Amino acid sequence: MRKAMTELPWRRPVARGLTTLLSRIKETSRLMVGIPDYDRYVEHVSTHHPEQPIMSYRDFFDNRQQARYGTGMKRCC
Amino acid sequence: MNALARLLWLGIAALGAIALAVVALSRGETINSVWLVASAICTYLIAYRFYGLFIGRAVMQVDANRATPAYRHNDGLDYVPTNRYVLFGHHFAAIAGAGPLVGPVLAAQMGYLPGTLWILAGVVFAGAVQDSLVLFMSTRRDGRSLGEIIRSEMGATAGGIALIGVFLIMIIILAVLALVVVKALAGSPWGAFTVMATIPIAIIMGLYLRFVRPGKIAEMSIIGFVLLMAALSYGRSVAESPTVAPYFSYSGELLAIMLIGYGFVASVLPVWLLLAPRDYLSTFLKIGAIAGLALGILLVMPPLKMAAVTRFIDGTGPVFSGALFPFLFITIACGAVSGFHALISSGTTPKMIENETQIPFVGYGGMLMESFVAIMAMVAASVIEPGVYFAMNSPSGLIGTDAAKAAAMIGAWGFTVTPDMLTDAARNVGETTVLSRAGGAPTLAVGMAEIFSNVLGGKALMGFWYHFAILFEALFILTAVDAGTRACRFMVQDMIGAAFPAFRNTESWINNLLATTIAVAMWGYILYTGVVDPLGGINTLWPLFGISNQMLAGIALITCTVLLFKMKRQKYAWVAATPALWLLICTLTAGLQKVFHSDPAIGFLSHASRFGTALAEGKLLAPAQNIGQMRQIVFNDYVDATLAFVFVLVVVCIFVFGLLEIGRARANDRPTMREIGAEQAGIVHA
Repeated sequence: MRKAMTELPWRRPVARGLTTLLSRIKETSRLMVGIPDYDRYVEHVSTHHPEQPIMSYRDFFDNRQQARYGTGMKRCC
Repeated sequence: MNALARLLWLGIAALGAIALAVVALSRGETINSVWLVASAICTYLIAYRFYGLFIGRAVMQVDANRATPAYRHNDGLDYVPTNRYVLFGHHFAAIAGAGPLVGPVLAAQMGYLPGTLWILAGVVFAGAVQDSLVLFMSTRRDGRSLGEIIRSEMGATAGGIALIGVFLIMIIILAVLALVVVKALAGSPWGAFTVMATIPIAIIMGLYLRFVRPGKIAEMSIIGFVLLMAALSYGRSVAESPTVAPYFSYSGELLAIMLIGYGFVASVLPVWLLLAPRDYLSTFLKIGAIAGLALGILLVMPPLKMAAVTRFIDGTGPVFSGALFPFLFITIACGAVSGFHALISSGTTPKMIENETQIPFVGYGGMLMESFVAIMAMVAASVIEPGVYFAMNSPSGLIGTDAAKAAAMIGAWGFTVTPDMLTDAARNVGETTVLSRAGGAPTLAVGMAEIFSNVLGGKALMGFWYHFAILFEALFILTAVDAGTRACRFMVQDMIGAAFPAFRNTESWINNLLATTIAVAMWGYILYTGVVDPLGGINTLWPLFGISNQMLAGIALITCTVLLFKMKRQKYAWVAATPALWLLICTLTAGLQKVFHSDPAIGFLSHASRFGTALAEGKLLAPAQNIGQMRQIVFNDYVDATLAFVFVLVVVCIFVFGLLEIGRARANDRPTMREIGAEQAGIVHA
């Protein structure tokens, strides 16, 4: 029974789709409050600017928080 | 387009036409809100498919191979190529606020039809056009702001004038938003308690996020949400306790002073302590409440009790003064077209666009979504008993402060309501009175409570839902007050710094405190005058806000028109020029009427002269109770008149600069716009 379940042809794409959907929702929610994806930042700096230091997640978080509220208004009424 | 797609679009068009016909043509009988929602959704789908995509293809001529700033400046921080659905969510969360919720509620005094038609026509031909065009122009200029684009394309003078305009608009927005909160919380211990509780809750969250579990937003938001709901439930006990309730029952004046003090303190605190955590809560709550409202309307399918068109289209309405043209078009600002979005579309979003082809989806689509929020607000205002609606939104100077007198007055306007209905409405939502709770938020909250309690909890939970709605609006308005005061502070430092460069140093505490004081004093003054003026308040200030916001939209659309001429796309300049002209006509008419109209209810100067004449004769006119208040009213009228007149001047100046620039562009036979990145074909990494 268990085996049969895993072999259903649609199961894997659906599971993958759901995982992507969940991660997109998470990414959207975080970006809504001004925090971009940390992994992508790390990947970007390590591939394109290997000479630059990579901020820790904490520093990255502080940096983004400051950038969002430090200057100007980033939202509507 | 294949046959199936053709059939599908034909079906949508037919459904939309039927729904619109039901909405527009039914007279006398109540219609179901579903018709309103259906006509809106069909309009949006067709507008996006046939106008939004046309603008992208023909007017912008988006280039799929041109590197966007997100690629050229990719830093993993500000500039990040972002999935279009994710970016849509980000953009929508940034443009959605209190504006689209309040405007339609006020406009409902003319019936649901005029407001609905303007929301739909406005968004399709003006609002979404502005948002997407500005997003496109900014994307082609490394994500520069609207002000910078105006400066580089139309000259430093035009840029400077636009900057002053933006600053004044911010001041008005802050004052009006704060006024909405004051009107909602005055004499409401339940509301005041929960809103005040958000401050310690936010601080707990801020400390948690910084020291306990750094950067764990989801955890922190859940904790914050639970605490918030606990405060909301406990608020009922506070309101019902005869000993505690008086401590949270404030007059409007006191609340205004508290808000001004709060704005000052909050905006100089470190952002992680109060602003950021509360912003997270308010953003998620806002999206949740909007989704909940959509779901609620679809589940309950409430009938609209408000008439399609009321007698107040003649301009004698109690909610805002002035006739349908031009005042309806400035009352509904966000939701139809909002100049403030031009600042967002030239802010963070253009730095994250993955590909130019996604601009219509994010810019045009995002604004359609915002417009849908406005439609839902219109539904929420129209499901309330009309008599109760007018009791809530008319100034106490007109309907008095007791239920019997108010019911008689509203009955005389032709809306049947009994004093019992008014006291019941207050009791149902756990308040002592609903009279003169102007500002839109309480009315929307009653409408939302009506819809939500039909899904969950019935009458027993109506008070909870009402205060939930008040809380969610107050929460993001407080966030806007905090963030907006900071923004104004930087603008003040920038403007004064032009004369005294030392003032630009944002590290200096003296500079910060001084600039913050100036910013807070400006919006605080306007807020206070709104609170103490029984006939003014929302009635006076909302039109001023609407005028300034629509003028900013006018400025943005003039800029887009100029840029289309400079790009040698004048063939399509009408796309931006038509809504720009319409906004100029509306805002200049409204602005000049607010200054010079002979009716004291509309014109500031005639109001001032009426009070001035009485003052000279030594007489007192209500609401003033002494000579000092008489002088104050006259002075405030001159302040408001000056502001309105400055807005008119700003927009006329930009219009003239725009015409001159168009002339220059036409004289040149080559494109003269200053874009960035044209030489770089393909995706290049910086």
